[in-house]
Amino acid sequence: MSLNWRSFKSLFMMNLVRLFALLGALPFFLITFYVFQKGFSSLNVEFFTKVPKPPGEMGGGIANALWGTCQMVSIASLMAVPWGIVAGIYLSEFGRSKTAFFLRMAVDLLTSVPSIVVGIFVYSLLVVTLGHFSGWAGAVALAVIMLPFIARSSEEMFRLVPSTVREAGLALGLPRWKVMYFIVFPTAFKGVLTSVMLAVARVTGETAPLLFTALGNQYFNESLREPTASLPVQVYNFASSGFEDLQRQAWAGALVLVLFVLTVNLATRLLLTSRTA
Amino acid sequence: MSIRVENLNAWFGDHQVLNNISLQAVDKEVLALIGPSGCGKSTFLRCLNRLHEETPGATCDGSILLGNENINDRRIDSVSVRRKVGMVFQKPVPFPGLTIFENTVAGLRLSGVRDKTILKTEAEQALQKAALWDEVKDKLDAPGTSLSGGQQQRLCIARALAIHPPILLLDEPTSALDPISTAGIEDLIKQLKKTVTLIIVTHNMQQAQRVADTTAFFYLGKLIEIGKTEQIFKSPQKTETQKYIAGRFG
Repeated sequence: MSLNWRSFKSLFMMNLVRLFALLGALPFFLITFYVFQKGFSSLNVEFFTKVPKPPGEMGGGIANALWGTCQMVSIASLMAVPWGIVAGIYLSEFGRSKTAFFLRMAVDLLTSVPSIVVGIFVYSLLVVTLGHFSGWAGAVALAVIMLPFIARSSEEMFRLVPSTVREAGLALGLPRWKVMYFIVFPTAFKGVLTSVMLAVARVTGETAPLLFTALGNQYFNESLREPTASLPVQVYNFASSGFEDLQRQAWAGALVLVLFVLTVNLATRLLLTSRTA
Repeated sequence: MSIRVENLNAWFGDHQVLNNISLQAVDKEVLALIGPSGCGKSTFLRCLNRLHEETPGATCDGSILLGNENINDRRIDSVSVRRKVGMVFQKPVPFPGLTIFENTVAGLRLSGVRDKTILKTEAEQALQKAALWDEVKDKLDAPGTSLSGGQQQRLCIARALAIHPPILLLDEPTSALDPISTAGIEDLIKQLKKTVTLIIVTHNMQQAQRVADTTAFFYLGKLIEIGKTEQIFKSPQKTETQKYIAGRFG
């Protein structure tokens, strides 16, 4: 009897744990399902190639937003990736000093600064001083968000390279920077690439920091000195517009964002599990 | 080239781990360092190629004479010291992601040797000396990590030899290997002493007896006794040495 009771308890608890695990993943499935259901039917060639029509008219697309997001995320990456990786190298290789301790804390704090605050910061730094909203300001805001993320995750990747590898390099009579550049960095490369990809996926969906900086644009920007459209901001504007056709397109835009983030995440998983390097 | 150590002291922070060590490693001979774990023999080895100072908080003083030059002088670049005093570690550490060939010539290539033919001949010579050439000559482009443990350790020896150091330090080079690979490395050590001076740290007293010309016994950061290997094992002068060799502590 007691054995049955115990195996019953075990089974019950086991399934309880399973249920909570499933509940944890449930929002993900619901979001994906809902966004697909609402947005998939609006995906067509026009949606990807045209700029938005004036509210009230049917049709139009998000080409300007895709292009704007592409520009701003690329420029943000060009700024934040090298800077973040170098910061990660500093933290992992010289991370025991007091300076490094405070830097690491500052980087951690920067990670948890709400992105709207980053937006306001860049607004007062660039938009107010230059007198207009611009794609550059948007890119800077995205870079500020990427930077701490890349710094900390690449630090972790460099720390995964065993110290014995560094010592073996030093013992060959190589200066520390060569050991770092030619031996440690290539070893950690896949991991660093993964964290860069995840950072890119993350800032692609950022809305708040772009509201005060890039603002948004109904058309293609002529240069990054002008206000620039972005996918998340356009989804926000469409969704709050009150026109049914634009709301429909907001769902489609949301679907594009979700698909992008999903693809990048799956790609990083594949990259990390592949053993060909 | 011989190496002469005089009054070497080493610390980790405030904790002194080596006390006034003086000894000499004779040119083209094998010197074995034995002693219980934590006695300072690995730290001693790491002082000889200035690797000790890379650990944060670690310091040492005293002189280490390589020929007539005191390589423990802070005015001498540690990088140039390490090109003369090579080192092989306890666990084989081929550089991940590099091929067998690239591993072998890593030291040369990264210090500026570009010429393909030079690199090829140097790689072959180093792998020959490390008794690995015959096993890998047809797969030089395979990753270094694909080799067996014993082969990886010989690859690390080849990598160290490729930059032609007159001194080679071996820190328990066989403790991660099986008996057959160990025998292979020991044969190799006997070959290598024709051209280089070797200092080997070992926990295995039979190994010291098999390969070493001179043996030094370390205990609690002090050099207790040094002498011809036969004399140390057959007629040790100090009681600590006698006890350790008899297996009564350590």
